[in-house]
Amino acid sequence: MSESHDHPKEVATTDSHASAAHADHAHHDMHLGLYLGVGGFLLFATVVTVWLSFVDFGSHAANWIVAMAVATVKVGFVAAIFMHLKGEKWMIWKFLLFTVFFCAGLFLLTLFHYADPIFGTSYTTH
Amino acid sequence: MQIPHEVTARPDTGLYNAKLGIWLFLASEVMLFGGLFSAYIFLRMGAEDGYWPRGLLNVPVGALNTAILIASSVTVVLAWASLKMRKFSQYKLWMGISIICGAIFLIVKLAYEWPQKFDHFGAFIKQSELAQYEPYLGNAYLKEKGLPPRVEISGHLHGVEITAEPAGKEKLDAFLQDHHLKMEAGHDAAHPGVQLVTGKHLKPGTVEQLEKVPGVKLVAFEVALDPINAEPTNPESDKPHFWYKGATEKIGKIEREDVETWSAFAPKHSSYFAVYFTITGLHGLHVLAGVLIMIYLWLPIAGGANMFKRNPEHLANRVEVVGLFWHFVDLVWIFVFPIFYLL
Repeated sequence: MSESHDHPKEVATTDSHASAAHADHAHHDMHLGLYLGVGGFLLFATVVTVWLSFVDFGSHAANWIVAMAVATVKVGFVAAIFMHLKGEKWMIWKFLLFTVFFCAGLFLLTLFHYADPIFGTSYTTH
Repeated sequence: MQIPHEVTARPDTGLYNAKLGIWLFLASEVMLFGGLFSAYIFLRMGAEDGYWPRGLLNVPVGALNTAILIASSVTVVLAWASLKMRKFSQYKLWMGISIICGAIFLIVKLAYEWPQKFDHFGAFIKQSELAQYEPYLGNAYLKEKGLPPRVEISGHLHGVEITAEPAGKEKLDAFLQDHHLKMEAGHDAAHPGVQLVTGKHLKPGTVEQLEKVPGVKLVAFEVALDPINAEPTNPESDKPHFWYKGATEKIGKIEREDVETWSAFAPKHSSYFAVYFTITGLHGLHVLAGVLIMIYLWLPIAGGANMFKRNPEHLANRVEVVGLFWHFVDLVWIFVFPIFYLL
């Protein structure tokens, strides 16, 4: 987050201000390689995901954990690089932290099914 | 009306307004898809052994669609970077590729993957009758190996046996003609009243309609079995495969009265397909929305590519916002792919 990622647009560019556009040019040229590199990594990680799903990790639950771990890493790269969350304003991070908190709460609610199974969720009992 | 801060940052937030807006929207989208994924967890954890299908989706096709979405995420970010560098023709190229990728994704889903499912037939056998269908299910073998039992027989419909009351003959004949189906009588010597309906266009949906023709009663299904039911004790069938294998030539017969429920691989087939079609359907609508917005920003119109001459930074911001949405759609798919296709 501390990386300086301040585009001139954050300050003041009402139109194609010559010097700002020039500064931008150099800045984004540097990133083109990064975007392509992350894209390549994501494609590679997709192959890895498929491959790992056919590897026996001892239990189906273990396969789940491995697959979700790989997916989380992939999603992390999409969010950090493509969505520019790396170096993004604190205000957006604040929103997202709340969202993560409430979404985690939503998922934790599913644990209640151990205590109070919902009749009719399985095919045989519908 | 002039919306303020579409290019310059609002001093208190430090962001241009659309960026704040899209992130708030994406936060609500996380909750929307989060709700559906937690529904998936509920359904899957509640499913009894054998009632959560695996290996029914085409893994290479799903992986290809994943790659297409990832590639389009790269090209949309390159389109944005091109605008920041004020390279208009590069912008048009990258945005054009992004649009094509999104369109291919939708075509694969709607013209190939989904229709295949709607043509496939599956029948869940009643618990009390499972033993009778052991040659198609191989449950003794699975038990020995410690694998979950099979309760469904699936494949392509080859024919259905029916009985028909003479009073409804006219309507039945019209139905058969409309759907290019043939009917043979006397194919079962022991039950002379039973007639066999066959035809290239016999799909589960057609049989549902056939059943509604007055006087018609379903007696049995003849199914070109999926490999898993054709050779249930073949160790090859123990686990899902990478390459999708279609129905075999082997025909299996299932009595209607032994079947708990039967249908196409449609939402009503099972909790699995219900949640699969809900999530991939909602995701598909998001892909469609993204494609439409990207087309709008690509076309030479006032609110689209023509903005480049007037205010290139504003256009770059619009592309950044649709890009954020597009990356989110990609991000959801990165979870959808392993959850439905692989696990």
